[in-house]
Amino acid sequence: MAYNCVVLVKQVPDTKRITGQAMNEDGTVNRAALPAIFNPEDLNALELALEIKDKFGGKVTVMTMGLPTASEVLRESLYRGADETILITDRGCAASDTLSTSYIISRGVEKHDYDIVLCGRQAIDGDTAQVGPQLAEKLGITQITYVEKLEDLSDGNITAKRSIGNGFQQVKCKLPVLLTVVGEANEPRVAASKKMMKYKKAFSPAEIIAQVKAENTNADEKTINNLAERKIKLLEKRGLLIKQWDLNFLKADLQWCGRNGSPTKVHRIQSIVLAAKESKDVEPTELGISGMIHELIIDKTIA
Amino acid sequence: MIGVNKKGEVWIFAEQHNGQLEETPLELMSKGRHLADTLGVKLAAVVLGDNVKNMVKKLIQYGSDKVYVVENPLLEHYQTNSYTKVIHDLIHKYEPQIVLYGATVTGRDLAPRVASATKAGLTADCTDLQIGNHEISKGNKVYENLLFQVRPAFGGNIIATIINYDRWPQMATVREGVMPMPVPDTKRNGEIIEEQADISQIDLPLEILKEHKQAKKVDLKAERVVVAGGAGVGSKENFQLIWDLANSLGGAAGATRAAVDLGFIDHDHQVGQTGTTVRPSLYIAVGISGAIQHQAGMSDSQKIIAVNNDPEAPIFNVAHYKIIGDLNDVLPKMIKAVKEKI
Repeated sequence: MAYNCVVLVKQVPDTKRITGQAMNEDGTVNRAALPAIFNPEDLNALELALEIKDKFGGKVTVMTMGLPTASEVLRESLYRGADETILITDRGCAASDTLSTSYIISRGVEKHDYDIVLCGRQAIDGDTAQVGPQLAEKLGITQITYVEKLEDLSDGNITAKRSIGNGFQQVKCKLPVLLTVVGEANEPRVAASKKMMKYKKAFSPAEIIAQVKAENTNADEKTINNLAERKIKLLEKRGLLIKQWDLNFLKADLQWCGRNGSPTKVHRIQSIVLAAKESKDVEPTELGISGMIHELIIDKTIA
Repeated sequence: MIGVNKKGEVWIFAEQHNGQLEETPLELMSKGRHLADTLGVKLAAVVLGDNVKNMVKKLIQYGSDKVYVVENPLLEHYQTNSYTKVIHDLIHKYEPQIVLYGATVTGRDLAPRVASATKAGLTADCTDLQIGNHEISKGNKVYENLLFQVRPAFGGNIIATIINYDRWPQMATVREGVMPMPVPDTKRNGEIIEEQADISQIDLPLEILKEHKQAKKVDLKAERVVVAGGAGVGSKENFQLIWDLANSLGGAAGATRAAVDLGFIDHDHQVGQTGTTVRPSLYIAVGISGAIQHQAGMSDSQKIIAVNNDPEAPIFNVAHYKIIGDLNDVLPKMIKAVKEKI
């Protein structure tokens, strides 16, 4: 029996490489100044979906919400074996917290016939691990978080091993289900070069419009739209179109989207300043070190 | 969602498994007590399970004024849906202004589901909570006595303070080990409120086939001395020096994520944002450059010694004693000095 999987992925700033220039004056993060990467645990979720497809058949759809530049993680999903990719992009998505993000994404997932929804456990920009469970609630389906291993898939039931921090649990439930997948679950496959050759030409409509604009700087809007439309149709015919949905298409209720739909707001952002402490330089000699140990015994730091 | 309710209580989800209360909700009691006193409202613990009334006394001794107890055989084992439903119903009935959860695996599974069902806000993995005012410059509006939910973001490079001024309750999960455990007061009195769970078998979609728990091999939180090694230690063989120094001081060995990833030592020993937060009397950082993620887990130590051959290593910014040198030279000298003095 074949299973249809929907995988939610996110393009994230590489938080290991944040510098001062990456911050706006108002304290928000300037994402454009950071290298953007495929959120690591989302790659584990994608891998698990591809393994299910390899073993049982079915379709892997990858969906993301973000700016048009997030099309890159969708292309990377195609390189690895995804069948269909969808970009949810809309100005109205801006400033969404996890609650409104999960609402918007749920509108997209509901358009699919799915058996299993997969997400990475958490994204490295926020580390909240909230969108997965919130999406499961919005879809009204069972969730299994912290999945380490898929143990069995048969007769419309799934059995999975999940981490519980200081151990594991083996749980079973009926499909459909939402899984959040941890990094230990698998070793994500690398992009296949054949697929890469093919899908590096896959684009989302927003990217195509930007390309056409850049190539025809003097053209009026109508000409640009016509050119873009022709290109979009051509890509669709060749199976190279990244689908693009907006809030209107999703019939999303705007009161639950973006800033309005987000109960949490930022009060303040502070960059970490490493506090300099009163410190002593200790010579790396026997005398220096023995003096330090003596001090620590005197002040009762060590007994 | 509920509206703003300034008279609402402060709640702590008292997570328990198999009749054992988790540590994190108990740690949360000291902060919860402070928040409730600042707001002039009661602090309540919420405990769900089968036969859990025996935990009430402990929860009161640790600081709660009230304990909501929901007992039902169907609540014996934690499941997302059943626990979500009960907590959602309680929130709507009593309209607390703040609901806190430990950021344990269970807390991080449950709280977002409750937030979604309740359409309320939730801030994950807070490291501090305060009460404060939020001013909106446009329109000169001031929202008073909100819960400031303080958490690291962007891999620990920034600290964000999150608020929630209209769609309540204000909810947060709080990281394990960041709040000091309160001293229980056996003379404290409190109130017990028993509630019914409106759940059925449908709310238990999971079948738990197997569960295996292992006790942590090491509890770094409880150690007076932690000697930690980073990638700079170089090899698993060299890491023996870390163990030796820790043993000579009667302390425990810790490590950075890099050292754990390199296989020098087990994850249980990891200190930092994705490991344990420690505040021992003495922390000795060896071959650790001092990434923010690591500092987040150790910078509150009372005394810090840093050993590194790179004079520019950021760890020196938080150290009380700086030793610039090679660990293979410095550590044996430290072990010798300790053995001579103690």
